[in-house]
Amino acid sequence: MPTLYQQFMQSMMPILPEAIVIIVGLTVLVFDFFIEKERKSLLGWYSLAGITIAAYASYTLMPMSGVFFGGTFHFDPFATFFNFVFYIACGLGILVSINYLEVEDIHRGEYYALMLFATSGMMFMASAGDLIILYLGLELMALSIYILAGFMRGSNRSNEAAIKYLILGAFSSGIMLYGMSLLYGLAGTTNLSGILAFLRVADLSNPVIFLAMIMLTVSFGFKVAAAPFHMWVPDVYEGAPTSVTAFMSAGPKVAGFAVLLRVFLYTFEPLREHSTAILAGLAVLTMAVGNVMALSQTNIKRMLAYSSIAHAGYALVGLAAGGPDGAASVMLYVLIYAFMNMGAFGVVIMLRKAGERGEEISDFAGLGKTNKTAAFLMLIFMFSLTGIPPLAGFIGKFYIFKSAVQAGLVWLAVAGVLFSAISAYFYLRVIMVMYMHEPKESIELSSAPSLALALAISVTAVIVIGVYPTDLLNYARASIAGIM
Amino acid sequence: MLELKLNQLDFPLLSLLIFLPVVGAFLLLFIKNAMAARWVALVVSIVELGLCVPLLLNFDSSTAHMQFGENMPWIAAWNINYCLGVDGISILFVALAALLTVISIMVSWTAIQDRVREFMIAMLFLEAAMVGVFVSLDLFLFYIFWEAMLIPMYLLIGIWGGPNRLYAAIKFFLYTLVGSVLMLIAIIAVYFAAGHTFDVLALMNYKFSHTFQMWAFAAFFVAFAVKVPMFPVHTWLPDANVEAPTAGSIILAGILIKMGAYGFLRFSLPFFPDAALAWTPAIMVLSVIAIIYGAYMAFAQTDFKKLIAYSSVSHMGFVTLGIFALNLQGLEGGILQMLNHGVSTGALFLAVGIIYERTHTRQIADYGGIAARVPVYATFLMIITFSSIGLPGTNGFIGEFTILLGAFLHYKPYAVIASLGIILGAGYMLWLYQRVAFGKITNAHNEYLADMNAREVVAALPLVILVFFIGLYPNAAFSVMHASVENLVQHVNAKMASAPAVTQMLSTVVGN
Repeated sequence: MPTLYQQFMQSMMPILPEAIVIIVGLTVLVFDFFIEKERKSLLGWYSLAGITIAAYASYTLMPMSGVFFGGTFHFDPFATFFNFVFYIACGLGILVSINYLEVEDIHRGEYYALMLFATSGMMFMASAGDLIILYLGLELMALSIYILAGFMRGSNRSNEAAIKYLILGAFSSGIMLYGMSLLYGLAGTTNLSGILAFLRVADLSNPVIFLAMIMLTVSFGFKVAAAPFHMWVPDVYEGAPTSVTAFMSAGPKVAGFAVLLRVFLYTFEPLREHSTAILAGLAVLTMAVGNVMALSQTNIKRMLAYSSIAHAGYALVGLAAGGPDGAASVMLYVLIYAFMNMGAFGVVIMLRKAGERGEEISDFAGLGKTNKTAAFLMLIFMFSLTGIPPLAGFIGKFYIFKSAVQAGLVWLAVAGVLFSAISAYFYLRVIMVMYMHEPKESIELSSAPSLALALAISVTAVIVIGVYPTDLLNYARASIAGIM
Repeated sequence: MLELKLNQLDFPLLSLLIFLPVVGAFLLLFIKNAMAARWVALVVSIVELGLCVPLLLNFDSSTAHMQFGENMPWIAAWNINYCLGVDGISILFVALAALLTVISIMVSWTAIQDRVREFMIAMLFLEAAMVGVFVSLDLFLFYIFWEAMLIPMYLLIGIWGGPNRLYAAIKFFLYTLVGSVLMLIAIIAVYFAAGHTFDVLALMNYKFSHTFQMWAFAAFFVAFAVKVPMFPVHTWLPDANVEAPTAGSIILAGILIKMGAYGFLRFSLPFFPDAALAWTPAIMVLSVIAIIYGAYMAFAQTDFKKLIAYSSVSHMGFVTLGIFALNLQGLEGGILQMLNHGVSTGALFLAVGIIYERTHTRQIADYGGIAARVPVYATFLMIITFSSIGLPGTNGFIGEFTILLGAFLHYKPYAVIASLGIILGAGYMLWLYQRVAFGKITNAHNEYLADMNAREVVAALPLVILVFFIGLYPNAAFSVMHASVENLVQHVNAKMASAPAVTQMLSTVVGN
């Protein structure tokens, strides 16, 4: 007979990874008091260790599967897959931050705590079996990131970014809550499985069901930066500290897709016909806005902001395709995207030295001569973002378009490849500036072991996944089996 | 029905051909010294060329089956295999790619002074991708190499190119990419239509529905037509060829644009024979326009390299004309012409590169009368000019003659108009030679022009030998490709009566 304590611990096992992340975050806040300003990077490494332990916990718990806490929490391979993506986004995010915070002179312990809280929020989103948990996870993530976006208190741009993100984010949360309340009113439950059961028997001609679905689409479209809900992205990405932008472009976006996948491919399965049309339309619009607007940007952060919109568009193509392959393609895509985007932002951060912003694309001029390694890394990330084989970006896009063709959405796949051909222009411009323009003056790059490690991990992943995607692909496909 | 024959050698020769340059490129990462980088690249490319010898010697030309086969699962979930093999068509281009890479590296010896190591790395990666394109027997694998090639080529043009290189590089990249991505969708569609396979040999035997063939053929056609390049999507070639460094131009004109035509032979015709027949009239018209228009444009050029680029458009028009005649003569002539064009245009760009390194001008008007100063160079240029014109006894004659023979069998008016292209070709090439080599020296710097040095002669010699070897003994090339082409013709049009082998007809003409 297990003791009460043992029973309690047993029942808490499913949220062990989340608990580790939160506890590490809380202890960071405590340790922060005892660590002098010059040694704050210790907190970064401590947070990284915490993330690694959480990842290990997720790994050991992988055989476990089921629904816990009264149906509100799924512990399934799907959620675990996304948790790994969040660990990667958070871990790389911390690595690119350590030196950057030093340069910007904003090295405070709360930064790491907020990143960890945001990560735990994302993890709850991916695991949510209930609209309430979903919303709580989302707000935990969003609130942390509002603060992170405004972390450079002295900077107007950073403040503007935080305010803009907060107001628009609050607005989208409001729309989401409205949509959720409609669903609750119809189905009488906030449980995702319960709502599915309701939709299976419901009269689908009821317009309120569509209103609810559209409201959820709008609010998650906001989180993943899909057009036309993308207006906040360029300003927030540009204004926020670059390390936060890097984290933001990978973490919350991926979390948004985790929820979209679970809600649209599982709960809204009976509405498949209608949701496909909406998602396909969103995908085309998002790819168009992201790729076309990116063409004319001169600031690298704004360019990457529009690029991240475009990539949300590609992922939406996979979502519109649906089915196990569509879902797996989105999962593989967001994972690959996290690596290549983090890497690209990592190089941007290298250019940031005290006194110089290094955020204009023209600041990269001649990097191919002055710093061959940095330029070569950026070259790899840019070609990967374009989707040129044999790099990971190609594998990701290939799977997305393959799923679209399989689902009969050939036109959507054609639109996708054409937009991705357009994207070559602005990604290649960075390469052109680096290798084919003369350096303006000698550029000194900031480099730190942490940043070098983040870049090494990213570039290795981009090349290895590009050449040998088999295992990861199989893992993504196996992970989806739980919810489809 | 084609099959993949197991490798007749004990070791994976084709993989070695792909990965040797990659290994060489990685080696170069650790070499700082420019001269050492040149030597490493040269040695690697020569070893690569040496590896082509056992490939050609062990090749069994009596069969159309794929040889030196290697097949391993790569991405099992998508049924993608690392499947390699060569037949009588592709083996010729593997060898040509290896040869032209050696020549390109030799010609860059002193021409490239800036970032030598990076240049050589790009060249070796390019070589690996080129070989990969020709030996892949899995559509996905093929596409990987096909696209991967863009990266080093873009960098070659963009970093080491001429004054307008940025524009040329991006134009090259975007044109090819837009064409290719549509093919990617078609590749995916083919995969699903044929029951989840990228296996080229299986797809050759699969009978696609007529409607599907029409669409898929069109999508593949866009990709290959841009690469060839066919009129009206040829405009990237003059820009890219002019701005690229000499090595880039040689590879671009010698190998890259052959890949489009190779794509027709390897994929479009066997996969979609009905569509190929249906599209043939349109393609014939485009080919003839390319022949005449390219030649017409070549007349108007004042830039040495641009003239050659437009002549390439014209010559590649002959290639597509021959291929889409869809008979033995046309196809064999087309393939031989691809080979010839690789040799002669590669040599022409080599010639331009040699003289440009001395004078730093490509304007034809800046030359004149140099024959007296640089006799060896003038002789080399003359041989190549004759080859390009198609003078009997040189390789160009056999190719064009055979193509016209093939086209004449089925499409007489086109063959008649196309033969005008040969006359025009003789016109602009001889006029070019006259303006460059003869007349009075008008430009002072031509007075003290140095003749070809030993390195340049060594680079040029294999091409000169090939010009005469193929010209006098075309059977060497025809016999390698014959079985494969015959199989292709039968495959495309089973009803077509088996025509007598082109080599027999030729032997009466050439007196061989």
